[in-house]
Amino acid sequence: MGLENLFHGFQIAVTPFNLFITVLGITLGTIIGVLPGLGGANGVAILLPLTFTMPPTSAIILLTSLYWGALFGGAITSVLFNIPGEPWSVATTFDGYPLARQGQGGQALTAAFTSSFVGALFSIVLITFFAPLLAEIALRFGPPEFFAIQLLTFSSFIGLGGGDPLKSLVSIVLGFILAAVGLDIVTGQLRMTFGFVDLMKGFDFIVAVIGLFGIGEILLSVEEGLSFKGIRTSMNLRVVLDTWKVLPRYARTFVRGAFIGFWMGFKPGGATPASFMSYAFAKRFSKHPERFGKGEIEGVVAPETAAHAAGVAAMLPMITLGIPGSPTAAVMMGGLIIWGLQPGPMLFKDNPDFVWGLIASMYTGNLIGVLMVLAFVPFFASILRIPFAILTPLIVVICAIGSYAVHNSMIDIWYMVIFGVVGYVFKKLDYPLAPLVLALVLGDLAENALRQSLIMSQGSLAIFVTRPIAGAITAVALLFFALPVLTPWWRRLRGNPTVAHET
Amino acid sequence: MKLEAVLAIVLMLLIAVPASAAAWEPTKPIEFVVPAGTGGGADQMARLIAGIAEKHKFSPRPLLVINKAGAAGAEGFIDVKGRKGDARDHTIIITLSNLFTTPLHNNLPFNWRDYTPIARLALDQFILWVSTTRPDKKDFKTAKEYIAAVKEQMGKPEQMKMAGTGSAQEDQILTIQLEQALGLKFTYVPFRGGGEVCVNLVGNHVDSTVNNPIECVSHWRAGRVRPLAVFDTARIPVGEWKDIPTVKEALGADVSYLMLRGIFGPPSMPKEVAAWYVALLQKVSETPEWKKYMDDGALKPAFATGLEYVKWVEENETLHKELMAKGGLLKK
Amino acid sequence: MRAADITTASVLLLLGGVVLFDAARLGIGWGTDGPKSGFFPFCLAVVLIGACGAILVQALRRSAQTPFVTRERLAPVLTVLWPAVAMVALVHVAGLYVASALYLGFYMRWAGRHGWTAVVLCAVGVPVLTFVVFETWFMVPMPKGPVEAWLGY
Repeated sequence: MGLENLFHGFQIAVTPFNLFITVLGITLGTIIGVLPGLGGANGVAILLPLTFTMPPTSAIILLTSLYWGALFGGAITSVLFNIPGEPWSVATTFDGYPLARQGQGGQALTAAFTSSFVGALFSIVLITFFAPLLAEIALRFGPPEFFAIQLLTFSSFIGLGGGDPLKSLVSIVLGFILAAVGLDIVTGQLRMTFGFVDLMKGFDFIVAVIGLFGIGEILLSVEEGLSFKGIRTSMNLRVVLDTWKVLPRYARTFVRGAFIGFWMGFKPGGATPASFMSYAFAKRFSKHPERFGKGEIEGVVAPETAAHAAGVAAMLPMITLGIPGSPTAAVMMGGLIIWGLQPGPMLFKDNPDFVWGLIASMYTGNLIGVLMVLAFVPFFASILRIPFAILTPLIVVICAIGSYAVHNSMIDIWYMVIFGVVGYVFKKLDYPLAPLVLALVLGDLAENALRQSLIMSQGSLAIFVTRPIAGAITAVALLFFALPVLTPWWRRLRGNPTVAHET
Repeated sequence: MKLEAVLAIVLMLLIAVPASAAAWEPTKPIEFVVPAGTGGGADQMARLIAGIAEKHKFSPRPLLVINKAGAAGAEGFIDVKGRKGDARDHTIIITLSNLFTTPLHNNLPFNWRDYTPIARLALDQFILWVSTTRPDKKDFKTAKEYIAAVKEQMGKPEQMKMAGTGSAQEDQILTIQLEQALGLKFTYVPFRGGGEVCVNLVGNHVDSTVNNPIECVSHWRAGRVRPLAVFDTARIPVGEWKDIPTVKEALGADVSYLMLRGIFGPPSMPKEVAAWYVALLQKVSETPEWKKYMDDGALKPAFATGLEYVKWVEENETLHKELMAKGGLLKK
Repeated sequence: MRAADITTASVLLLLGGVVLFDAARLGIGWGTDGPKSGFFPFCLAVVLIGACGAILVQALRRSAQTPFVTRERLAPVLTVLWPAVAMVALVHVAGLYVASALYLGFYMRWAGRHGWTAVVLCAVGVPVLTFVVFETWFMVPMPKGPVEAWLGY
C-alpha cells in the first residue's frame, strides 16, 4: 500500500505553492537552528498562528520544513563556534569544532549536512512503509523500558573518555544534581530551590550548554592567544565534492547512526541521547578511537546521522499515536488540533491526503534542505574570517539572546555567564564536560522513568528484569558498564593483546 | 441567552464607568503567558486564541504566546505578578487548575486574588478511561465492572494503576476523590502530560486514566480505549460523547470536577485595559473556529466575566482547598 | 594548578553539603512506592562529597608546579569576561539591544582597535538586525529598555 499512497502524497507535496512553502520553511528553520536557544519548538510555535489561514497540508509542510531546517542548522554553530544550536548538536561539537579550528570547517559542515540527510532518509523510508507496525512497537515502551534506554545511553558513553576517573565522576554527578533542581514531578515537591523563585524552573540544558561550551570556549581560546583569524577555509563548493569522496568510508557509521537514531527517536525524548549514543558507538567500534575528540570526520557523521534520523522518527508517534516524539512535534500536534484535525491512530484513515502529503513532503523537504545548506557551506565556513574583535562580542551577544529566548528569563543570561566561567575552569582542570551535559539532559528523564517504574511495581526493582524488552535492554546496558573490566580479560583469554574491536 | 445578557451588562458597566474607557488599545505586542509546557491543553488554547485574533484582525498588535512552565506553572504566575506599568497592560495569562493547586501544595507566593480577572473561557471535562486490549483479556464495558475489579485487586501486588498528569494536580485530586467516594485504592502513577498518559493506557502500562476528552479521543475512535464515565453532573451534550454516562449514573457516587480555562491579567490592571481584553476574548469566543475547537475537544463553553467569574473562582478555590485537604495534598 | 584544583574541589564539596542538607529535608528514605524526593539528591551528594574529597587529597599531596593561569594570559580572558558581565548587567536597565550595541562598540574599539566607521556600523547594524529578526519576524520579545519604549515597542 505504501508506494501507491506515497505517489498520491507527492502529487500533493510537489505543487509550486507547497515547494515555495518548503523553501521558506527551511530558510527560517536554518536561521532558528543557528540561533542557540531558539529551537525548532520555538520556531514552530511562533509560526503556528500564521498557518491558520492555510490549508492544513501546506501548513504542516511549512512547519515540518522549518523543523528540518532547524535540524540542519543546529550543526552550523556547533562546528564553527563550539556552540550547539540545538541539544542534539552537542555531540557534533566534539569533533566538528576541532575540525573547524584546523581549517576544515567546510569538510565538517559538509559531513554534518550529508549525514543529516542520510539519517533522515533512512527514517522517512521506514515511516513510509512500516508506520503502523512501528507505532505498535512504540506502544510497548512504558516507563521501565524508558529507564532501560536511558541506562543504555549512559552506559554506552561511560568509560569512553580517558582522564581522571574521579573528575569524570564529579562531572556526571554534578550534571545529575543540576538536573534535579526544581519541581519533582513525581511528588510535586520543590527540590534544592531554597525558597528562590529563580531556582524553581531548574537549569535548562540549553543554557548550560551555551555557557559551558560556547562562552567557556571563547575564554579558553583568548587565553591561548588563538584568534579565529588564522583559519583558512576554502571558499568554493569543491570542498563539498571532496568531502563526499571520503564519506563512503564511514558507511557502517551511517547505518549504525541511522538505526540508533530511528530506534531512539520514535519514542519521546530521543534525539539528544541518540546523538550521544551514536557518537559513543562510533568511537567504540573505530580502529582509531584516540583520534576522536581531536577532529575526526567520523565523529561528526555519527551524531548527526542519529540526530536527524531521530528528529524525523519523532514525527511517527505524532501521526500514528497522537503523542509527540519531541517538543517540536508537541507544538505541531497543537497545530493539527487547531486546523481541525485529530492527531492519533485515526489520522491515516480520516485524512489520508494530509498524512501522505506530509510523508511525501518529508522527502522533498529534506532533499531541498540538504541542497540548500550544502550550497551555503562556503559561506558558513567563511564566517570564521570575520575579525576576532567583531566575532567574539557577536558570539557573546548571540549566546545571551539564545539563553534569554529559552525561557524569556533574565536569570538565564546570568546562568550562561556563570556556566561560561565554570566551563573554562573545568576545561583547564581536566574535568570532562560531556558527561556533565549528558547527565543534565538525561537526569530528569531517567529519574522520572525510574520512579514511575518503581511506583508501578510498588517499590520492587524486579520490574526491570521481568518485562522482556526492559530486561533485554538493561542486560545490554549492564554489559556496557562491565565492558571496561571485561575487555582486558577477554583479550588475555584470546591471547592477543592488540586485537581491535570488530563489528 | 441569560449568560449573554449578564455579559452584556457587565461589559456595559466596564465600558461605561470611566469616560475614556473604549479608547485603550494595545500599543505593543501582547505577551500571552502560558504557565504550562508547549503542546498541552492550555498551550493549544492560547495559540488558538492568538491565531484567531490574528486571522480576524481582532487586535491591532499581535499576541505572543510565551511558555513559562517551570515549577508546575509557578514560574509564569510569579512573573506575571511582578509586571508593572506598560508591561502590565500588555500581558495576560491563561490559567488551568494549577492556579489553585500549585500554591496550595507548595509554599509559593501567589494567589488568584493577586491578579486581575478577565474572563472564564471554558471548562474542561474529565473522563474515566480504560484500555480495550488488556493483556489479561478482561474487557470492562461499564464503570461498575471496572470498579469491581479495582476492589478485587486492592492491596495486592497487581493493584490497579491510575495514570495522570503531575502530582498534587487535578488528575490526582480526582483520583483521590474517586477513591474516597467508593472506598477504593489505586496506585497513582504521575506522568508529564495528558498525551503521554493516554498512550501509556493504550500500551497497557497502566489500567485507567482520568484524561481530558481531547487527550484520548483519537484512541477512542481507533477502538483502543473506552470512556466509562464523565466526571460532571450532566452528560456531555455533543456528538458521540452523549452516550457516556456520568459518574453518578454509572456508579451512584457524586464525584465531579471541571477544570478552569480562564484568563487573568497582572495585578491592578486598569479597568479600561481589562475591558479591552474582555471584548477581544468575547469576539474570539464567537468565531466558528473557536466553536469547532470546543466541540472537538468536548470542552464546556462557559464564557463568563466580571463578578460571575470572580465568584466562580472563589468557590473553586474553596473546593480545591477542601479536596486537597481531604487528599492530604496541602502543603505541610 | 594546585591552588585552582583545591579551590574547585572545595567549592564542589560545599555544594555537596548544601545538596545533602536539602535532601535530608525532603526525606531520603525508600517509601512504600519507591524512593522519596530526596533519595537521589542524597546519593548524588554523597558521591560528590566522596569524589571531591579524594581530589582534594590528591591535590594537597601534589606539589605546586604550573600556575593555573599566568598574569599575561589572564588579561585577554578578562577583557572578554568583564565587558560581557557589564553587558548582562546593563540589559537589566537599558534592554538587550542597547546593551549589546554598547558592548559590541566598546569591544571592537577597545580590544580590536577598529576604525570608528566600522565600530558604529557594527554596533548599530547588529542590534537592529537582531531586533528585526526577533521582534518582528519571530516575535520573540527580548528585554527592552527606555529606548525601545520611546520607539513604541
